[in-house]
Amino acid sequence: MSVTDKPLLSVRDLKKHFPIKGGILGRTQAMVQAVDGVSFDVAPGETLGIVGESGCGKSTTAKLLIGLTDRDEGDIVLNDKTLGRDMNLRALRRDIQMVFQDSYASLNPRMTILDSVAFGARVQGLDDPLGRSRRLMDRVGLAADRFAHRYPHELSGGQRQRVNIARALAMSPKVVVLDEAVSALDKSVEAQVLNLLADLRAEFGLTYIFISHDLNVVRYISDRILVMYLGEVVEIAPVDLIWADQAHPYTRSLFSAMPSMDPDSRTEKPPLAGDPPNPIDPPSGCRFHTRCPLAAPVCKTRHPVLAPRVQGSAHWVACHLHDVSSGHPDAGKGLTA
Amino acid sequence: MSQVETAVPAPTHRGYWSLVMSRLLRDPVAMACLAVLVLLVCSAIFAPWLGLADPYKGSMIARLKPLGTPGYLLGTDEQGRDMLSRLIYGGRLTLFIGLMPVVLAFFIGGALGIVAGYVGGITNTIIMRVVDVFFAFPSVLLAIAISGALGAGVLNSLVSLTIVFIPPVTRVAEAVTSGVRQLDYIDAARASGANALTVIRVHVIGNVLSPVFVYATSLTSVCMILAAGLSFLGIGVRPPEPEWGLMLNTLRSAIYVNPWLAALPGVMIFATSLCLNLLSDGLRSAMNVRD
Amino acid sequence: MSDNLLEIRNLDVRFKGARNVHAINDLSLELKHGETLALLGESGSGKSVTLKTLLRLLPEKRTDLGGSIDFDGTDIMTLSGKRLRSYRGGDVSMVFQDPGLALDPVYTIGQQIAETVMRHKGVSREDALDVALDMLHRVRIPSAERRMKNYPHELSGGMRQRVMIALALACRPRLLLADEPTTALDATVQIQILLLLRELQKEFGMGVIFVTHDIGVAVEISERIAVMYAGQIIEEGTTREVIRNPQHPYTQGLLAANLHDVARGTRLDAIPGSPPALETRPDACPFAPRCPLMVDACRQALPPVQRPGPRRRVACLRAGEAIPA
Repeated sequence: MSVTDKPLLSVRDLKKHFPIKGGILGRTQAMVQAVDGVSFDVAPGETLGIVGESGCGKSTTAKLLIGLTDRDEGDIVLNDKTLGRDMNLRALRRDIQMVFQDSYASLNPRMTILDSVAFGARVQGLDDPLGRSRRLMDRVGLAADRFAHRYPHELSGGQRQRVNIARALAMSPKVVVLDEAVSALDKSVEAQVLNLLADLRAEFGLTYIFISHDLNVVRYISDRILVMYLGEVVEIAPVDLIWADQAHPYTRSLFSAMPSMDPDSRTEKPPLAGDPPNPIDPPSGCRFHTRCPLAAPVCKTRHPVLAPRVQGSAHWVACHLHDVSSGHPDAGKGLTA
Repeated sequence: MSQVETAVPAPTHRGYWSLVMSRLLRDPVAMACLAVLVLLVCSAIFAPWLGLADPYKGSMIARLKPLGTPGYLLGTDEQGRDMLSRLIYGGRLTLFIGLMPVVLAFFIGGALGIVAGYVGGITNTIIMRVVDVFFAFPSVLLAIAISGALGAGVLNSLVSLTIVFIPPVTRVAEAVTSGVRQLDYIDAARASGANALTVIRVHVIGNVLSPVFVYATSLTSVCMILAAGLSFLGIGVRPPEPEWGLMLNTLRSAIYVNPWLAALPGVMIFATSLCLNLLSDGLRSAMNVRD
Repeated sequence: MSDNLLEIRNLDVRFKGARNVHAINDLSLELKHGETLALLGESGSGKSVTLKTLLRLLPEKRTDLGGSIDFDGTDIMTLSGKRLRSYRGGDVSMVFQDPGLALDPVYTIGQQIAETVMRHKGVSREDALDVALDMLHRVRIPSAERRMKNYPHELSGGMRQRVMIALALACRPRLLLADEPTTALDATVQIQILLLLRELQKEFGMGVIFVTHDIGVAVEISERIAVMYAGQIIEEGTTREVIRNPQHPYTQGLLAANLHDVARGTRLDAIPGSPPALETRPDACPFAPRCPLMVDACRQALPPVQRPGPRRRVACLRAGEAIPA
């Protein structure tokens, strides 16, 4: 899309709709449109941050990427190989690994730390799984001599998340998906783990997909930010561009909903009213029109397409306001809320 | 370089089960119960070498002697057979048909439950609906019905009781497995490219079997009582075999003559099942290593 | 009557069990009428335990309590029976983190609020329902009349938290305790709830103790901030003082770790290590092992409490010194 290098990972039109079963016969009553036509590219060594509120589909996207959830439609292309055509799930999983939010639930409570870290390497038949795991434990800041034979409950949250990072790296992946990986940690520990992630990225040439609800964290770690709303991508742009000027009204609301850090200029008016709508029955047209302060009649009927903000820009947005031909009365004037 | 975190409780380089054992050893109630059970099992196994009276040899003159009669420490039964000897010999059969069905049900039901819980979908539906059909009958009725159909005898009791206990074990195993299945470490294991069999073997079994094991130990007391009940009704062990349930039945008529004597087999059943229950409680808290 | 609504003096809370945990150690705190205080701390710092102690919700058999709590002239530690019940929910009420768990799923929200009002105010059912409806209006629930008949599961997370607040405020408490009430909410909803609480505080004039781990949330809601670490308050002051001029090295580290305006690619000034386990009562500065300013004296005795201004305090030997880069 916007990246000039050849992408390492490309996602095209990814879709996942979950059926809601009900009634005595367990018939499908409705579909949750968890992920609905998501596309993006990630360049080698790049970090793509994905932000959005609950139900926007960011975690489902993560699970689709490593095949923990089966996709309904769409292509996942890694290194020019398409999943299902040129490569199988097992091959994909050697190159894409994941770190989950809940550091305790993502470790087998009956297994020592070392065994957990080495499990994947053993499964993939890599040589010297134990030695490799011990070196990685040392690398993530958990001395293998002291920690190798401990159990998850004997570790703190920050230490367990280090184990999970080592476990993901034990397979020598190219891409690591971090699904709210630092969200459950205390702020002081979070900073330690972010430093570690930045170091590892440089050292191993990793590519991250960093999912979080915390804009400050995403800004710190990411090169580009992708904003999701109700299963769709509404905006994607390099960090500095989006930080300076959010093109989508939703992104703007999300940014202004961040608590102020200045006691003298506290937030006076909430940027949005109400809760995010239910993804079971998303609104027609632009899915944000029900909460959008700038919505026009066209937003209710026509679905906006993700396109560069101006010709050739790396800043893409899906909003009628930026499309002069959309029929929105304020189209082309930008956001003046 | 990132900071190494300190302040961690004393390192324990021990396996999970040795940790559970050491916790169990510190539980006085569980240990007392274990001691009683070990004593019962050992005396049953080594009964022939304990120098007891012949449990089958009766005496027409020494019938229904009260407790403490010289030569008959625990008295004699309605045919003049030594009660102490019969109770200890009776432990052999009673414990066997009280424990064996649960052991078998633990393995069969555990496997069914794990498969149903992990695979899910139509497999789950088939296994669980079949199990539900059996589960719909009260266990006593089911045991009586199956034993009645198969006829009396030790082996048939064993089969019928095993069938009775497979459904509850399967249910628990299925529930625990579907719970474990949701956890991120299963996802993480799948994401490392492991196939279903490896994930089940390495990550599921260990975490599912211990709660199922605890549940199964709590079933042993029910099983003992059911087994005794079958013998009591005459569709389990046949006389003159010594077995606690059967002894309870045959001594029933003596309850007005010598109530203490008639109660003895019942006391044995009660004590054993109580000990099993308490031990199972202790085991459950010992396995909860986190706190 | 003093102008303090709440006075906590030398509070100690110790949990007994297989392992003892000294959750609160010599905590003192004052809250004036109508004041909003944020208790800021990370997990295990004792902030939620403090709230539960204020409502006497801790299991008595497993807890050792020390010190005194005075609420508007009443000694909370000795309350029992009927007086304790009327204190809970009448004088003081609480908003929890997860409204899904705190609301009863089998009653409509109108019934739940009315029930509480009837119990504490002894009014008729009709009057109580009127109060409930009025409260739903005040927490800005759209079409409140219709919502009265809804069950909790029929509402979204943000609406449920509004109902929780309406329930807490229905009896006009003089003190509202809020335990991370916005943590489980989405960002755009969180700010709505914060602003609502701020408005309601002005409207009702009650004192508020707001527990949070998020400095930004504390800034938005509070006039004063008390920073907790290892069961103690290590720094207290007005929000402006604490944010603009943090004196304790831990507070400084927390502010730095908040990543607000941190440029991409720079190294974060992370506080090393993790908080102490509190199995023994701290007899030296509990932050010393992680502190960049630590000197020998920090490891030998509890730090002196310095008072650089009125109602401003810092428990640190080297308070106010800048952390070397």
